[in-house]
Amino acid sequence: MMAVPGPVTAARLPIRSDADLAWVRQQVRQCAADLGFGLVQQTKLVTAASELARNTLVHGGGGHVDVTPVTRGVTRGLRLSFADSGPGIRDVELAMTDGYTSGGGLGLGLSGARRLVDEFGIDTVPGRGTTVTVTAWAPGVPTARPGL
Amino acid sequence: MSEQETVESTARRLGAFLELRREQIAQRWADAPLFRTVFTVSREEAVEACKAVVDALAGVASSGRLEDITSSGFDSVRDQLGRMTDAWTRMGASPARIADEVAALRSPVAELLRAESPDPAAPEAAEGLLAFTALMGTLRLVVMQTALTSGEELIERQRQQLLEVATPVISLWEGVVAVPLIGTLDSARSQVVMESLLEGIVARRAQYAILDITGVPTVDSLVAQHLMKTVAAARLMGAECIVSGIRPAIAQTIVQLGIDLSPVLTRASLADALAYALSRLGIEVSPRASTR
Amino acid sequence: MTALFPGRPTAVPILALGDTLLVSLQGELHDGMAEQLQQDISRRIADSGAVGVIIDISGVEIVDSFLGRVLAEIAASAGLLAAGTVVAGMRPAVAITLVELGLTLPGLTTALDVERARELLAQAAEPGTWDRCQRGT
Repeated sequence: MMAVPGPVTAARLPIRSDADLAWVRQQVRQCAADLGFGLVQQTKLVTAASELARNTLVHGGGGHVDVTPVTRGVTRGLRLSFADSGPGIRDVELAMTDGYTSGGGLGLGLSGARRLVDEFGIDTVPGRGTTVTVTAWAPGVPTARPGL
Repeated sequence: MSEQETVESTARRLGAFLELRREQIAQRWADAPLFRTVFTVSREEAVEACKAVVDALAGVASSGRLEDITSSGFDSVRDQLGRMTDAWTRMGASPARIADEVAALRSPVAELLRAESPDPAAPEAAEGLLAFTALMGTLRLVVMQTALTSGEELIERQRQQLLEVATPVISLWEGVVAVPLIGTLDSARSQVVMESLLEGIVARRAQYAILDITGVPTVDSLVAQHLMKTVAAARLMGAECIVSGIRPAIAQTIVQLGIDLSPVLTRASLADALAYALSRLGIEVSPRASTR
Repeated sequence: MTALFPGRPTAVPILALGDTLLVSLQGELHDGMAEQLQQDISRRIADSGAVGVIIDISGVEIVDSFLGRVLAEIAASAGLLAAGTVVAGMRPAVAITLVELGLTLPGLTTALDVERARELLAQAAEPGTWDRCQRGT
């Protein structure tokens, strides 16, 4: 029998601590599974979420993520929007380069996360904060019966 | 009474009728092809399934929304209807055919409804029958929608299965697996190849994995990139990946495109790749000394 | 396990198997726990004179660049203390994601499972063979 995924509702999760990062990963995994994402796709999205949430915490001084289920025709997806009111990014192009780092990491946070999702957008104002929005789409026809 | 009120009271009466005659209707429907063909284990099972549908219809009728296919009254049977249409679809029935079978459920109940009515000529009797017809029309649409969705899912499943069938993971030796690639590699297929190879490595505890591209007509930079990603992912899991069967023309293209395949271990043929893996595993293969 | 208590980081236990240390990571790993583990392993190697470290990540559902860096650093510092490190049991989905992320961890020795990791370390116990069984060198 086909598994009928549970409903996925929009949610806002705080990003203030290590424990919040773990919670964001678990919630994103659950939503992706409910939307019918395959295991590899789930893993990619959760990893991207982990990178971006850590950016929000470490570089943005904390913030939140909005988790929103989205649809495009019969395709279903998940949109994650990470927002902080930290120092912002002065040179976005430079920050998106592999190996660029300001926090002692491997410098793969932004550029790596971009490769793990289908859509990627960044909105930053120096001194005001940064919002990174990513979307991943479930491949093919979803296993649920939307609209029924 | 306004027209609206008349419609609603007719619907409620219809709901009450369905509840009252639940057992009789279910007994009649259990013999209809729609249920009989799907619930083959026992008649009892078919009767139970029919009762669930009658209950759902009674619920929808009582709510007064006879023509609303999104009515929550149908929620309790959507799964069951989904399984039924799946079974019909697998037998090759089109959604239209399934819808016809639903329509055939109408007349046995209409007979009962007519028999219940003290005066078949009275306007109430005609209204009741009309309301029931509308309700069955709605059920037919619900089933049709379910069947159409399940058809789309079937196509998607078959497409996915085809991709997987096209990329078998073969055990060549204990600890050595191979994927012979034949045909054009696009992005979706490369993804499936990568996943099945890595799953194969785990399932067979393989230390060596051979990707044989003898049957791949062209290698562009995208395909080369996928090959390198597969090799890197296999290494992270603790297995070594060997790419074999690079034909001279393809070797030339790779060089001309400026693709650096040097991190990838390559061998001319599948046999060479297997020989390499065996020697690394410490296995020697030599011709048996002639006994004659 | 730890995933049930997201607010309560606990230390990751380190098992001694002869002269090898075995760490089995499970479920959610907080950043703080990972950094703690890095220090604990170095101390245990120094105290016990262990010659090998096996990090079993078969129970780990994601490895991001942070955990990837921690694994690479554990291997590097264990190397300075003359102990070889093998990361064992990475799941296929995790491996695909790491490669896509751009993190191929070239300095890390990997094995399919803990048993294979022990075989690798046993081979390495013969003098001078460790460098040879490290792939990519």
